[in-house]
Amino acid sequence: MSTLAEEKSAKVEARLIPIHIMGKKYMVPETLTIMKAMEYAGYKYIRGCGCRGGVCGACSTVYRKPNDYKIYTGLACQTVVEPDMYLTQLPFYPAIRASYNFYDLEGKPEEIYELYPELFRCVACNACTKVCPMDVEVMDYIAALKRGDIAEAARLSFDCIQCGLCASRCMGELPQYHIAQLARRLYGGYLTPRAEHLQTMVANIKEGRYNDDLSKLKGVAGDDLKKLYTEREMEPATAGDDWAPKEKNHL
Amino acid sequence: MKIAYYPGCTLKTKARNLETSALAGFDALGIEYEELPRWNCCGAVYSLADDDLIHIVAPVRDLIRAKERGHQTVMTLCSMCYNTLARANDLMKNDEEKRKTINMFMDEEPDYFGDMKVVHFLDYLRDEYGFDKLKEKIKTPLNDLKVAPYYGCTLLRPREVALDRPDDPTVLHQFLETLGVEVIDFPSSTTCCGAYQVLGAPEATLKVSHDILSDATSHGAEAVALTCPLCDYNLGRRQDLILKNFQDAREVPVYYFTQLLAIALGLAPEASHFELNRESSVALLKSKNLLRESA
Repeated sequence: MSTLAEEKSAKVEARLIPIHIMGKKYMVPETLTIMKAMEYAGYKYIRGCGCRGGVCGACSTVYRKPNDYKIYTGLACQTVVEPDMYLTQLPFYPAIRASYNFYDLEGKPEEIYELYPELFRCVACNACTKVCPMDVEVMDYIAALKRGDIAEAARLSFDCIQCGLCASRCMGELPQYHIAQLARRLYGGYLTPRAEHLQTMVANIKEGRYNDDLSKLKGVAGDDLKKLYTEREMEPATAGDDWAPKEKNHL
Repeated sequence: MKIAYYPGCTLKTKARNLETSALAGFDALGIEYEELPRWNCCGAVYSLADDDLIHIVAPVRDLIRAKERGHQTVMTLCSMCYNTLARANDLMKNDEEKRKTINMFMDEEPDYFGDMKVVHFLDYLRDEYGFDKLKEKIKTPLNDLKVAPYYGCTLLRPREVALDRPDDPTVLHQFLETLGVEVIDFPSSTTCCGAYQVLGAPEATLKVSHDILSDATSHGAEAVALTCPLCDYNLGRRQDLILKNFQDAREVPVYYFTQLLAIALGLAPEASHFELNRESSVALLKSKNLLRESA
């Protein structure tokens, strides 16, 4: 019977595979992500590493495989190493971001055209979409903007993590991800309908309609407060549009 | 089966009056269409450089998108989109070597062999729908309206994609006649409006545009009908400059052919977005009692 220590050491012995980091070969455990493999190989991240959870876009990585002309991309923190991959991380790619005062804008396509006239240098080569590690249809949102459809561009670019790989591959030299960010801002700030009931509620609060209730609530202590909280009336998750609370005094 | 409709970018912005009037017309005529759910700018100008294949990629991709949806024909309203798509299609059909290069470059798309049919709404009406059938649908014949048919370049040149005889076209004449219009034939009917030269040589372009308009009016036209947003820019939107620079210039209303169609079909003027036309366009229709009350 093996000792606990022996069992432990047997478990950590993953197979080592060769990968090439910026042209230099390292043997790394095949189970690691690119980011952990780089750390295993001795690299220490000062930048190019953010959330380690696949959403911040700081660790975009470009790689190739043997005998394959295609460019592959992935987030270093999410992509598992493959034997003989050649990789480099591109934590940042220079792209000009236009400066503007958002409150001077109105949400018109012409405002995007003025801030990013290079938009029209797109030739629909699709290199941006092919390189996107988040599978965003980059070329399609650029096409949407060319025809003035800001809402569609905002929708299509929603998963963008601003890693900049699209800009790295663009033959028209567009800063796609910055343009998309402006589109989403315009959409969110100017084009989505405002919630009228929210305005009403804010006005009610400002008028002091809930002041008495709030000061009463402040006087409740300890277990009584907990009881109020746990027994409060909540809208069920499956409620239809016609749901209304029994207690209507606070509406 | 629904026909694939390719709008083009300008029809979604500056030339909405071309699109909205046509779509209202499609509905009134019972033409079932599907606007392609994914499309990109066609490039607007077909590249003439022999080895400039990258600019063919965009229109070819649009044709592939239409084919992927199960369509065999794609229809445009903008004559520049028609020209670019039709020429790209022509190249993919006939130039084996370039077809191979483009298909290899677009390795994420299925190979394409130029097997879509590209049509413009005008030749669709002539060849598929039929002017006879169109005539039956006319509710407000545009009698007493004298209109010069202006083809411009891109429906007729080059010959390979011409939807009519390049030197002596009649399709727009026939279309307008079907609407009841008194068609005014004029020599400048197929002369270039100046097109994109307006950017590099605005004054020379102004002269060319002026000559076309005065040719139309001197032959008795009260208005000009056209199919192209760029022609509309030069002949319509820049007409204030023409009036300012040429003493003999006269105000000429300019319509998209689809706007006249919408009026003749008895549709509400809102469908034609006349606020994007010259003011004289509405005034002329009013003076002839052709403008229906708003819906």
